[in-house]
Amino acid sequence: MFNEKKIEELKQECERWEKTTLPKWLGQCPECKSEFKNHSGITIKRLYMPEDIKDLDYMRDLGFPGEYPFTRGVHATMYRGRLWTMRMFAGFGTAADTNRRFKYLLKEGESGLSTAFDYPTIMGYDSDHPMAKGEVGTCGVVISSLQDMETLLDGIPLDKVTTSMTINGPAPILLAMYVSVGDKQGVSRDKIGGTTQNDNLKEFFAQKLCIFPPKPSVKLTTDVIEYCARHLPKWNPVSISGYHIREAGATALQELAFTLYDGIAYVESTLERGLKVDDFAHRLSFFFASHNDFFEEIAKFRAARRLWARIMKERFKAKNPRSMWMRMHVQTSGCTLTAQQPLNNIVRTTIQALAAVLGGTQSLHTNSFDEALCLPTEESVRVALRTQQIIAYESGVANTVDPLGGSYYIEELTKEMEEKAMEYLQKIDDMGGAIAAIEKGFFQKEIADSAYKYQREADEKKRVIVGCNEYTIEEDKYPVELLRVDPKVEKEQVSRLQKLKRERDNKKVNAMLEKLHYAAEKDENLMPAIIEAVKAYVTLGEITEVLRKVYGEYKELIII
Amino acid sequence: MQSKKKIRVLIAKPGLDSHDRGAKVVARALRDAGMEVIYTGLRQTPEQIVETALQEDVDVIGLSILSGAHKTLFPRIMELLKRKGLTDVMVFAGGIIPEEDIAELKKIGIKEIFGPGTPTERIIDYVRKNIQE
Repeated sequence: MFNEKKIEELKQECERWEKTTLPKWLGQCPECKSEFKNHSGITIKRLYMPEDIKDLDYMRDLGFPGEYPFTRGVHATMYRGRLWTMRMFAGFGTAADTNRRFKYLLKEGESGLSTAFDYPTIMGYDSDHPMAKGEVGTCGVVISSLQDMETLLDGIPLDKVTTSMTINGPAPILLAMYVSVGDKQGVSRDKIGGTTQNDNLKEFFAQKLCIFPPKPSVKLTTDVIEYCARHLPKWNPVSISGYHIREAGATALQELAFTLYDGIAYVESTLERGLKVDDFAHRLSFFFASHNDFFEEIAKFRAARRLWARIMKERFKAKNPRSMWMRMHVQTSGCTLTAQQPLNNIVRTTIQALAAVLGGTQSLHTNSFDEALCLPTEESVRVALRTQQIIAYESGVANTVDPLGGSYYIEELTKEMEEKAMEYLQKIDDMGGAIAAIEKGFFQKEIADSAYKYQREADEKKRVIVGCNEYTIEEDKYPVELLRVDPKVEKEQVSRLQKLKRERDNKKVNAMLEKLHYAAEKDENLMPAIIEAVKAYVTLGEITEVLRKVYGEYKELIII
Repeated sequence: MQSKKKIRVLIAKPGLDSHDRGAKVVARALRDAGMEVIYTGLRQTPEQIVETALQEDVDVIGLSILSGAHKTLFPRIMELLKRKGLTDVMVFAGGIIPEEDIAELKKIGIKEIFGPGTPTERIIDYVRKNIQE
């Protein structure tokens, strides 16, 4: 972007500066560390100069917003046209409890819903299963049947509000329930919008909520992608997730590379169904974490968009530019929150949210300050939402597209993230792909090593965590009002479910389960059979049980 | 009497909770500190945990939980340990456990609870001190 002569002149000027001005300063005030590095282990230079980005080709590497390779954003006007979706992850207790929280959040100005399910639901157990004991509604909302889903979405118009559901193994079932509620509301299927996380690959090495072995898990993910491509044009069938990879301990670079590789795997598995890449790729969505290192995160988001665009164009020969765009949801990093001096977490979340916005996200969840202690209360979740609103309406950062584009540092870091991520992609290709890498324990080992290193650095105070390993206070007791899920929730839920199981047409239920079993054995796309089943109030646990019989259960590969 | 025998620790993840970052980091730190560490992996029932503790003849059990199900699962584990005669096994816990639950958990025999932000050194020291005494 600079002519060679100018670069050469500046280089000489820089050398002069290094010989004259710099040594004086270093003599008086030596730098605090011999080497500065970001979380990904990339060495950060003292000063970035035009020379660092001399190979940057504007049209090839940045382009215009809304155009390939989308480095500067997927929309031409970005937040000038429409702000990101403020989507707060919520769910606890019964469907009715969470329905109330949803309505509260909508009233307070959030623009989309995001559902947290409890562990039994996530693992495909009904609330009356022995494994569910003590866990019903504690970490999310319990949904065992269409009846619960009807309560969860009561009074929420599905043609106006989009809903994201953090669900993976049972994603086809929850999507089937959502669609069924839409049918009851009379909303046509081409108007139903939202997202199922449905990213089963990362479960094996990050979130670890796997039910089935890798191959059938990818089959189910692909069933949803295929079904949506044909019948639910506004649904994002998968949210390819780096968030959990990061939270499990990965660096920003590992998060970037492993997530994109999972994306590649899903494109391949869907192509095998006979769909063309441009039939479905535009609905693939992504989900990243925003951690503490501000510029590293911004570079990561920009590199992710550029790299994905290149993969789609070059590797998969996509023709439609929309197949090449990466739309993303970002969540601020839960693992950076401290239980000590919890109000400090508001500041951390603000910095992380700002990085996400400067990185060009389409949707954002901000964590609440009490989340290292418990599920957030109404007050803390409001502060988290207000954090986004302050960034959106007061800070002025939304006024222009990609405000940091052209920064020597950001552009150099974006390039470095992209190049290093490509090295990982090549490595995983050489291993034989994502499933092979999972079976070898490659991702698991990489992440465990990074997590351990991070902890060692904190223990040795090489990494300062304010209020936790430095700047601590003696009486560190902030009176947070803890959100507790009433143990009554479990009892009531179980009796409601058992009543449903008694009163529904059980003959029909059995017929549906047989049909599903048959479809699974025949390796058909299971979405139609599952939709039919949930409408007859076949439960999540019953459907999963059939699939467990056909596919078997995943046995964890233990790596510490 | 100090023996040369290595301290044997079982790090366990009870219930459906899948947050294993902390458990694995603690397992590795204890191992690096010279202890024998067995990690159960995820989604263990109280019965499975106690069975492993018995078979592996451990001195210590570390329970990690972030799901809020500790009030159901921990008493069950302590009860089973008692039933199997494993009352000399020291049990500690970590994860997200509200302050107000700690007294109750200590009453049923959980020796110590380590919350978020605990340096691994502190856990290592605690285990050494309480096993060698």
